[in-house]
Amino acid sequence: MIDVSHLSYVIADHQILNDITTQLPRNQITALIGPNGAGKSTLLGAIARQLTPSVGEVRIGGENLTQIDPQVLAKRMAIVAQQLHVGSRIRVADLVGFGRWPHSQGRLSAADNAAISDALKRFDLTALHHRFLDELSGGQRQRAFLAMAYTQDTDWLLLDEPLNNLDLKHARSLMAHLRQMVDHGGKSVVVVLHDLNFTLAWADHVVAMRAGQVVFSGPTTEVATSIALSDLYQTEIEVTSLNDRRFALYHR
Amino acid sequence: MQPRHYYMLTFSGLLTLSVGSLFLGAQALTLSGLLNDPQKLQLLLISRLPRTLATLLTGASMAVAGVIMQLLVRNRFVEPGTTGTNEAAMLGLLAVTLLAPDWPIVLQMTIAALSALAGTLGFLHLSRRLPPQQPLLIPLVGLIYAGVLMSIATFFAYQFDLIQFIGVWMSGEFSGVLAGRYELLWLAGALSVLVYFAADQFTIAGLGQGLAISLGLRYGQIVALGVATVSMVSALVIVTVGALPFVGLVVPNVVSRLMGDNLRQSLPVVAGIGGGLVLVCDMLGRVLRSPYEIPAGTIFGIVGAVVFLSLLLGRRSHA
Repeated sequence: MIDVSHLSYVIADHQILNDITTQLPRNQITALIGPNGAGKSTLLGAIARQLTPSVGEVRIGGENLTQIDPQVLAKRMAIVAQQLHVGSRIRVADLVGFGRWPHSQGRLSAADNAAISDALKRFDLTALHHRFLDELSGGQRQRAFLAMAYTQDTDWLLLDEPLNNLDLKHARSLMAHLRQMVDHGGKSVVVVLHDLNFTLAWADHVVAMRAGQVVFSGPTTEVATSIALSDLYQTEIEVTSLNDRRFALYHR
Repeated sequence: MQPRHYYMLTFSGLLTLSVGSLFLGAQALTLSGLLNDPQKLQLLLISRLPRTLATLLTGASMAVAGVIMQLLVRNRFVEPGTTGTNEAAMLGLLAVTLLAPDWPIVLQMTIAALSALAGTLGFLHLSRRLPPQQPLLIPLVGLIYAGVLMSIATFFAYQFDLIQFIGVWMSGEFSGVLAGRYELLWLAGALSVLVYFAADQFTIAGLGQGLAISLGLRYGQIVALGVATVSMVSALVIVTVGALPFVGLVVPNVVSRLMGDNLRQSLPVVAGIGGGLVLVCDMLGRVLRSPYEIPAGTIFGIVGAVVFLSLLLGRRSHA
């Protein structure tokens, strides 16, 4: 479990996160949802030690995040950021190979290589493995970074809006992979999602944020109701069921 | 082409050039002369061989310094000559020349390296404040920053009648290289080898701080190692042969085009092409106005500018 307690983050007098206390359950898919500027990415970044919170602490499995050796932490937690601006010319296979860095320090074993080709296959990159990142489309590049984090084989995987550039085939396939990692691999996933229907279809747990604070959190089926979501986004949203699946209707 | 093809090409090219460089110069030197005349052997050992080695070491280590700088700043258009590193090293040297001219060269070198380090850190600090969406701002700001440092150096040099020193430090040339006067460059070469051991770390750092942290790297340590290496290499080169602009800019860009930025694969080729290109320029400098010489730095300035412009224009037509 990841425990976030009294976390605040201030940058240039703007309170991005305001006294956040919440728990992210192990072995589940947790969706971070909320309107733009709610602080979802900042919270994810603070959990992954990408930025240092002004106040508060994050504990992973009871251990304070700042007490854990970076190399050890890199075997327990991986993050894929939203902005994937890359200036260097790196081949897809090399990038995915860097996911094994925390385990192998650059000396790839046969098992490492097997993990790399497995990740390339899972993320539909085998045909692109020799291409440079700057020769890929946005969605392909996103998949390359996801494959890298996947190869890192961590207990926790944090993804910031991973569906952004993906077409619906790859978006659905990514969520299915995450589901499988959680159900059969014992992993835990935290993902920032903008699409409520993906949230309702795949997430076990929801943390809803607005203006730097947690508005509500809990199991998706219990907390993601028409009233709660309408209030969160200040927009009329109707959660309905069809063929035993739940949908959010807000399109018109 | 596979990386090993690039390695073989680079290596055979370097070997050919080096042998050519040994037999090229104001005094004629032939293989039979070497065998029969002990004086010719002296010429080879005291002048030609040190000069060739110095050229290769300088070119290779400047190219490596350039690629490290580019990865750390995450910008294709920087090198020690456009980040104030060289100018800061000169300021340090100038200070030593003025205040403690009797210090041994190693100590002078250390002061120059420390000064280069401070200058580079100052530039990194500046570059972090620039918007990443404007990649050309970074080299522009770097050039202005370097210009400011240079004008401070020139002011003091002018006041104390040391302008000719600035001229010597600014134009890299190898005609003065003799055995016993270039050995500091081996240290620059050794530093480049050291960089190779951390090649993966530098490649990952080049992908961004966030990604480096997520992979468990101590980003600050990598940056410190890189900046320290770049500063020392620049200072060593300036002290022994003088600054060679453009090497660190052109060579990494050419190699990146050919084989990408995975340093583990590309660093040997970066070093090889750097050494080879500088050697070609030095050899041209020996023959173009023979028996007079043109500094290798001057020739590289011309060659480098042409290569770099064609790279810039070629990139646009590709995109």
